[in-house]
Amino acid sequence: MIVRIMGEGQYRIDDSDRENLNALDNAAVAAAEGDDEAAFLKAFQALIEHVRELGTPLADDELEESDVLLPPADTTYEEARHEFTGEGLIPD
Amino acid sequence: MAGMSGRFSTVIKAKINKLLDKAEDPSETLDYSYQAQLQNLQNVKKGIADVVTAKKRLQMQAEKLEQNVVKLDTQARQALAAGKEDLARMALERKSLAQTELQSLDSQIAELEDQQQKLTDSEQRLRAKVEAFRTKKEVIKAQYNAAEAQVRISEAATGVGEEMADVGLAMQRAMDKTEQMRARAGAVEELEAAGTFDDITQLGPGEDDIDRQLRELGQTSQVEDELARMKAELGAGEGGARGELDEGKGGA
Repeated sequence: MIVRIMGEGQYRIDDSDRENLNALDNAAVAAAEGDDEAAFLKAFQALIEHVRELGTPLADDELEESDVLLPPADTTYEEARHEFTGEGLIPD
Repeated sequence: MAGMSGRFSTVIKAKINKLLDKAEDPSETLDYSYQAQLQNLQNVKKGIADVVTAKKRLQMQAEKLEQNVVKLDTQARQALAAGKEDLARMALERKSLAQTELQSLDSQIAELEDQQQKLTDSEQRLRAKVEAFRTKKEVIKAQYNAAEAQVRISEAATGVGEEMADVGLAMQRAMDKTEQMRARAGAVEELEAAGTFDDITQLGPGEDDIDRQLRELGQTSQVEDELARMKAELGAGEGGARGELDEGKGGA
């Protein structure tokens, strides 16, 4: 599957890793919903680093749709919370 | 994925679809997509130029503030040498304020530098994708019948659309940061205007706004330390030659 980290690019990751990604992703959400900024930032960084380590970057001229989009690596807690309240990072 | 990335992906993909759905006649989609991509690249370039302009403004302010710091330091020494300790203190207080502002400006400049770099990288990635799309579109048109070509090119357009959404987010964040700093830049310019004394001998006894603000900031101890240091330097550097001043002040 293909994962895009916004502001950084796309990575190809083996489908077998989906469960791991899911667990890391859920940990980030749980931390944010629990109003725990430090835990969120840690969990989110773990997710981003996991993708960077396991993924193979796609070439710039490959035109593939991503299966998963991740917010930018330097997303702040404030921005992430906006994301959860449904406003979204990208305005219409 | 159901978590954060799931929600995030859904939001972004909805926006990408909106972006791609603008052409109502399917046969126009191909050319429309490419035009939209080129337009998007232009917008990114404009965004980068905006960030650069904001950064330059801050850099000019930093230069002026640096000059102010040097000038105020000189003025403090002159005042001290002339036995006007109050004036020296005032100049050092302003110098301290200018230095604090300078530090803040430097970190803002670094932040905009970072945004500029990110946007430039994004622009390069988008450019590569747009170019790949242009090539692929021609190949597909030549190899497939119209209906099949439509499907395949739509897929390719989605790939570019995603990159455009990515760049859109990078732009939005860069513009937000730039806007914050633009607002601050205006405040700094006011400070600059009141920065140094045009002529230290012309300064009257009254306090201006800046002086009052300085008192409130409570930078007194730092200023007093520097004043003491400056006095010591003056004493060590000029030795007996400035004996009159010391005598005049009753051993201050």
